Amino acid sequence: MRVGATLLRWAEPLLVPLANMAAALLLSGLVVLAAGADPFAAMAVLLRGSLGDPASLGYTLYYATNFIFTGLAVALPFHAGLFNIGGEGQAYVGGLFASLVCLFLGPVFGWLAVPLAVLAAAAGGALWALGPAWLRVARGSHVVITTIMFNFIASALMTFLIVKVLIAPGQSAPESVPFVESAWMPSLGHLLGPSPLNLSFPLALLLATAVWVFLRRMRAGFELRAVGANPEAARAAGISVARATVLALGLGGALAGLIAVNELMGAQHRLLLEFPAGYGFMGIAVALVGRNHPLGIVLAAIFFGALYQGGTELSFDLPQVTRDLVVVIEGLAILFCGALENLFRRRIATWLGKEART
Amino acid sequence: MSERRTPAAELRGIEKRFGPVRANRSISLTLARGSIHGLVGENGAGKSTLAQILYGYLRPDAGEIRIGGRPVAFGSPRDAIAAGVGMVHQHFMLVEPMTVLENLMLGREAGLGLAEGRASALATLARLDRGGGTALDPEAKVENLPVGSKQRVEILKALHRGAEILILDEPTAVLTPLEATALFGELRALAEHGKTILLVTHRLREVIEVTDAVTVLRQGEVVAERQTRDTDAAELAALMIGRSPSPPQRRPARLGPLRLEIRELTVRDGAGILRLDRASLAVRGGEIVAIAGVAGNGQSELIESLVGLTAPESGSIRLDDVELIGLTVRERRLRGLGHVAEDRLRLGAVADFSAVENALLGCEQVPQFLRRAANAGALEAAMAAYDVRPAEPERHFARFSGGNQQKLVVARELGRTPALLVAGQPTRGVDVGAAELIHNRLLELRDAGSAILLISADLEEIRLLADRILVLCGGRIAGELTPETADERQLGLLMAGAASA
Repeated sequence: MRVGATLLRWAEPLLVPLANMAAALLLSGLVVLAAGADPFAAMAVLLRGSLGDPASLGYTLYYATNFIFTGLAVALPFHAGLFNIGGEGQAYVGGLFASLVCLFLGPVFGWLAVPLAVLAAAAGGALWALGPAWLRVARGSHVVITTIMFNFIASALMTFLIVKVLIAPGQSAPESVPFVESAWMPSLGHLLGPSPLNLSFPLALLLATAVWVFLRRMRAGFELRAVGANPEAARAAGISVARATVLALGLGGALAGLIAVNELMGAQHRLLLEFPAGYGFMGIAVALVGRNHPLGIVLAAIFFGALYQGGTELSFDLPQVTRDLVVVIEGLAILFCGALENLFRRRIATWLGKEART
Repeated sequence: MSERRTPAAELRGIEKRFGPVRANRSISLTLARGSIHGLVGENGAGKSTLAQILYGYLRPDAGEIRIGGRPVAFGSPRDAIAAGVGMVHQHFMLVEPMTVLENLMLGREAGLGLAEGRASALATLARLDRGGGTALDPEAKVENLPVGSKQRVEILKALHRGAEILILDEPTAVLTPLEATALFGELRALAEHGKTILLVTHRLREVIEVTDAVTVLRQGEVVAERQTRDTDAAELAALMIGRSPSPPQRRPARLGPLRLEIRELTVRDGAGILRLDRASLAVRGGEIVAIAGVAGNGQSELIESLVGLTAPESGSIRLDDVELIGLTVRERRLRGLGHVAEDRLRLGAVADFSAVENALLGCEQVPQFLRRAANAGALEAAMAAYDVRPAEPERHFARFSGGNQQKLVVARELGRTPALLVAGQPTRGVDVGAAELIHNRLLELRDAGSAILLISADLEEIRLLADRILVLCGGRIAGELTPETADERQLGLLMAGAASA
């Protein structure tokens, strides 16, 4: 029985996502077929376009970096029972802080501006998440509402700042002057490239590990999970729910803010309008598909990164497959791997149970 | 007359396996029409499995079920209901924001409009709701009803669906002694009107009090069948656990210094209602002081004020001469307060966590918190000492049976050797063997010099453990008794606020 149970524990998290992915793939194929293209050709383009050569792989991992940050930004507060939908706004404000450091301290501090700007990005994101955290603790406001509202505030604030204050003098494009080169996030584009891949990717992997260690091995992470799983019992055990709330949202915001490191310091090298570009929201899907587990999030982020990158290639190569159709395919992946995660679970579990017994 | 002699239900050779576990082994059971039949056994003996088979939740792997003499094969509870089998679950299946009447109508609306369903539900109420004193108000919202009334709604719901055989799963687990007595009166009345009742429980006193016949299960097998008048609680207990229960050996108390002193404690709830009214009490080291009382007379507020979950309006709580009011829950725990919560799944543990994580809950400050191997080792030792089964530290808390969950919580709180242990219903929903073990551990803690405040709805438990008994009534300490002088009548009067001691 012990052997069977162990097998079940290990096989299920592996087989269930595979079955879900296969279903998503099958349905996507039908969609492509309906659009008048050859599904197998489309699959080939998708794979080649995302993983086929160093540059494609570089782009895939570059996108995946954003998804890791925002996926973690959703997952970490989720372990405390808080649904952070504010990644978009937190990333935006993180971008402001990082850019200010790069623009004004970059010329003075040399390479030291890079770690400072990384910290500033995290601090900006955390600061933006503390608003909803405070409202939650002091007034009991629901964070789903407040975090999403803070996205709008961030967006309006940033539009004002970029268009009116930080815009490069004598320019019409809504963006700042370029950062000095010493304040750029060191590129990895020469390893996998040419691509905008930069040191943010290993940083994201490092932080995914750190989040796991924090949640599973550290006192504060334990308290945070206890609050998420049973706030009343946590309180009775002497854990401060308020502290856990502030910590969870603050860390989530900090992780979202780090998108700015990849996007602005690593790729664009300037502050520009609407740079979070929906990555914050995609974080919800990434966390959902990755089951809020850091390893799952890294895998899901790479999966979505590949879809993002391969999908772009797909819409170039096969004119019948438009950009919108790629979004449909992404949607199917989210639907099957995230929302419908229990579609095959029972059957697989039953089947595994039978196998384990015989 | 033959109608009367055909049993209401017969189960023959029922087998049910879950993986390698044989939950039911060739169980046979006959329910005589118009009788109350007890089904007793420890947690995990297979009672619930059998009840769920009779109610159509589970299909037996082998065996036969006859209802009124005719063989049936239930594919779902719907089939069972159609055959006249109803079930009242331990956790009520009521729609809380709806009224009593609406809950009765659910699933039996009959027709497009609601008039017909209303009329028939009202008729059922008028015809059947006569047990236990006051009638239910059909327009009362279920969420506003006391637990005992909610249970009556559940019973009426089953009867309204035409139940002739009623299965009650641990019906008194959530009831006060008074409510339980009312329930038994109601069950008697139903039986006299020809309904057949299967009472699934592990409380033997109830079985003796209310049933006509009883079947004892152990490890999935029927170990005995008795007419209730031919047996007693001691024999049933021995049959259930497979040996004679040994009541805990209580040594005379060796009183130590004063540890807990509560003075003039006054607590109001969120609505401003007085819950504790200038309650004063003291507990010395080496002493168990029990708080008896009908649920809702301030026990929960007393516990919450002690632990630090509620801020009292006035008064003082001193533990080893340190004022606790104003301190956080954590600060109190660090000063030696232990707490076995009344409701383990709400306050005592995190169901989603593993056993080892739960063993650390509330003990985050201990230096070895991060030493995983040490923690797992310590828990394994505790699991052995408390006979927790299965002894798997990484197993999910929710996957342990109720009794084992309680042992884990008690092991955690007692393992810290608290200066003061606040024990709320420490053996609620726990079988005889586990209760015996917990009682012994509490006495050991007392003998080691800790002060224990026991809050319990189980008078038997109080008499078994307490050195002094305080009765809480309407938020005030209504009287003090010793276990030697406390008889049921006097306790009952004090609890009802009708006498002074």
